[in-house]
Amino acid sequence: MPWPLIKLMPKRTNFRFVRFAIFAAFLSIVAVAGSFVSMFTGGFRDNPIAVYQQAEGDPLARIGAVMGRGFNLGIDFKGGTSMEISAPQAINLGPLRSALTAMVHSDVEVQNFSDARRASVSFQTPGANPSVVVEQVKARIRQIVPNVEFGSVDAVSGKVSEELFAGGLMALGLAIVLMLIYIAFRFEFQFGVGAVFALFHDTILTLGLFSIFRIEFTLTIIAALLTIIGYSMNDTVVVFDRLRENLKKYKKMSLADVIDLSTNETLSRTMITSVTALLSAVALWAVGGETLRGFAIAMTFGIIIGTYSSIYVAAPAILLWHSRRGRGPNQETAPVAEAAT
Amino acid sequence: MLQLPRWRVILVIIVTVLGFTFTLPNLLPPAARAHLPTFLKPMNLGLDLQGGSHLLLEVDTNAMKRQQLDNLAEQMASTLREATPRILYTARGATGDVARVTLIDPNQTSNALRVLRVLTQNTSGTAETVTLAQGATPGLIEARMTDAGMRQLSRQAAEQSIEVIRRRIDPNGTSEVSIVRQGDNRIVVQAPGVSDPEMLKQRIGQTALMTFNLVREGVTPGESMPAGALVARPYPGVGNETVVVQRRPEFTGEHLRHAGPSTDSQTGQFVLTFSLDSQGTRIFCRVSREHTGHRFAILLDNQVLTAPVINEPICGGSGQISGNFTAESASNLAIMLNAGALPAPLTVIEQRSVGAALGQDAINAGSHATLYSSIAVVIFMGLAYGLFGLMAILALIVNMAMIIGAMSIGGATLTLPGIAGLVLTIGMAVDANVLIYERMREEQSNGRSAAMSIDAGFNRAMVTIIDSHLTQFLAALILFNFGEGPVKGFAWTLSIGCITSVITATFVTQTLVAIWFRITRPKHLPI
Repeated sequence: MPWPLIKLMPKRTNFRFVRFAIFAAFLSIVAVAGSFVSMFTGGFRDNPIAVYQQAEGDPLARIGAVMGRGFNLGIDFKGGTSMEISAPQAINLGPLRSALTAMVHSDVEVQNFSDARRASVSFQTPGANPSVVVEQVKARIRQIVPNVEFGSVDAVSGKVSEELFAGGLMALGLAIVLMLIYIAFRFEFQFGVGAVFALFHDTILTLGLFSIFRIEFTLTIIAALLTIIGYSMNDTVVVFDRLRENLKKYKKMSLADVIDLSTNETLSRTMITSVTALLSAVALWAVGGETLRGFAIAMTFGIIIGTYSSIYVAAPAILLWHSRRGRGPNQETAPVAEAAT
Repeated sequence: MLQLPRWRVILVIIVTVLGFTFTLPNLLPPAARAHLPTFLKPMNLGLDLQGGSHLLLEVDTNAMKRQQLDNLAEQMASTLREATPRILYTARGATGDVARVTLIDPNQTSNALRVLRVLTQNTSGTAETVTLAQGATPGLIEARMTDAGMRQLSRQAAEQSIEVIRRRIDPNGTSEVSIVRQGDNRIVVQAPGVSDPEMLKQRIGQTALMTFNLVREGVTPGESMPAGALVARPYPGVGNETVVVQRRPEFTGEHLRHAGPSTDSQTGQFVLTFSLDSQGTRIFCRVSREHTGHRFAILLDNQVLTAPVINEPICGGSGQISGNFTAESASNLAIMLNAGALPAPLTVIEQRSVGAALGQDAINAGSHATLYSSIAVVIFMGLAYGLFGLMAILALIVNMAMIIGAMSIGGATLTLPGIAGLVLTIGMAVDANVLIYERMREEQSNGRSAAMSIDAGFNRAMVTIIDSHLTQFLAALILFNFGEGPVKGFAWTLSIGCITSVITATFVTQTLVAIWFRITRPKHLPI
């Protein structure tokens, strides 16, 4: 056949992944720690202690206030109103901002997106019934911006946004628990632990990305996170499947060597699938439009991280529970196991 | 060895043909679609793609609870009055979340509690809706709503509100508005094509009380009104005059069964016909006989909808209102009359609307992403696997047709995140193919013959494919339960795509590979 790329790739690779795992573990731990720090410091912008001291209420509410600054929460999770407006002419943002600020008595974010004729407006609408304020604001915008068109108008009350937030956390937690159960049932418990290590790793790093770069965190990002969990699991399971097969086949080989062998055997599949998935995610990022941008960023990042974690987190983590096998001759892998804790 | 049972070939052909057939309506322009049989319909588009409004309403349970407690205090009083022997009380009322009566003789407390027990169960007697207790002072009896009672109450109120809302915003049942209850006390209203929800909110928003009052003739609205009179201003957008009416209504809107616009057979003018229930008929018969030639007013929240003259006694339970109606005003008024009152105030707690233009932009962006993603994956798979890559691409095309076909006949809704799910599926669906091919490649390099490698590739990869796709399917199922609206659309495409990619990668690719093998009989796989 003409140009099958696959022929260029070596039929067998012999990377010593486990040996690099100590380095990878260090990298991952730093990245996860960095993500946590970012979540508590508003993307390295705030001093969490100062925010804590300024916040009101009981300690739990204060911690909530600190965490709330960790992300650029969209109105889905924060409550409030956001609008996309467009006009035939360039929209003058200054007068709009000052008029609306005087009206709703809170911070009004007005900014252009795509081009000068389109703008997004968002503000907080406290109280149980945001939709009344929304109509007044729309009327005011019509006065200020001639021939304005409202592309989308979303208003979410605090009550609903709290529920959505709790629901999102529940969904993520449930997904991870279900995966643990599935893997523990289908494979062994140690495998399940390795998989869950990888899932936490992927989820936390993706959250860290959103925290550091202040990318708006919306409902669809939760959907992306769940998809990343599904994708990362898919990758992990492929490696695990081969691991299980090889554990039966090579009874004498050390666990570290079997892990290396299995990862190498599945490597070209891992690479090809990651590339096709990445191609799709990048296409979405490039031309999928403003609404899906955050989602596409999450997916692109998540696919890369998910691939990395199934090679460097999930499989080596099994070494931590190497009860069933001796370490064999490959003694130098022992420190890896300790370091990964 | 490498078998190709005929049933498998036929199955693949049938599935492919069905997939493409059900996908077809999505590709045709609307005009051509009209010629298709009715079971061939395109996918439903979500509000974010076709434009429209989504409202989440909450029934104000506090207001409802207060009213219910007032009623409860009344019921307690009347139950005590009607008991034999009669139990006397001094005070009754509701404060906070308690309804109270105070007995004159504290010794009758236990007796009273026994009599009042009838109030504690719901009508079907399945759950305790009210708890009774002795108060702190002698002779005081307190009643509280239980959680089950409140829940039942809000459900009822939500169901009733749905009926009222439907009559207010979709009187003819012709528009595509969907109104459903969510949880105990919430209602979701989705109106495709309505990009400004203001009109919807206005129609839904008011808790209207409809009354039928007699007009006080000869009294001009002014500062000093005679006792028992009320100045009623016109209802915005419907009424057109201010009248003075009797403060006490003759009857209320609950007796109105139906109202509808129509034309008078003699004059050809637009009129409004109405019919009343039996009690309403009786009352209206008496009122219209006593007040023939006078005017009565139909008020909504003490504002005049219309104030017609009673030309003759109306005892048949139905009548006709004439006035200077246009087709539109008659139909508007009919909507208002039919809609009646909401059982409790409603609050809009979430509102989302998308303009049709933005929806079209989203569709365009989504189509572009789908196109580019497909091209990129096709090129990459072709480069990576050559001929086998081509077979994977064919399987991918069948896969896409199956997803879209399944969504079309299954009544699933395509949303913008749903398109994203489709795009991602393009990239991820080839995974099953890759797993199979890599396995073949390995088997071949282990020294197996071409046929053996193909066979082993499919069989051995199957376990992995099912394991790895099940985890993705699990994640998609969780999304189903978490998300609403757009996110649910994503869950749809993702979960359907998960199933179809397993089917196409195994059945379709396997058949293609087997056919290719029979024709060429290669000694060595080009992989």
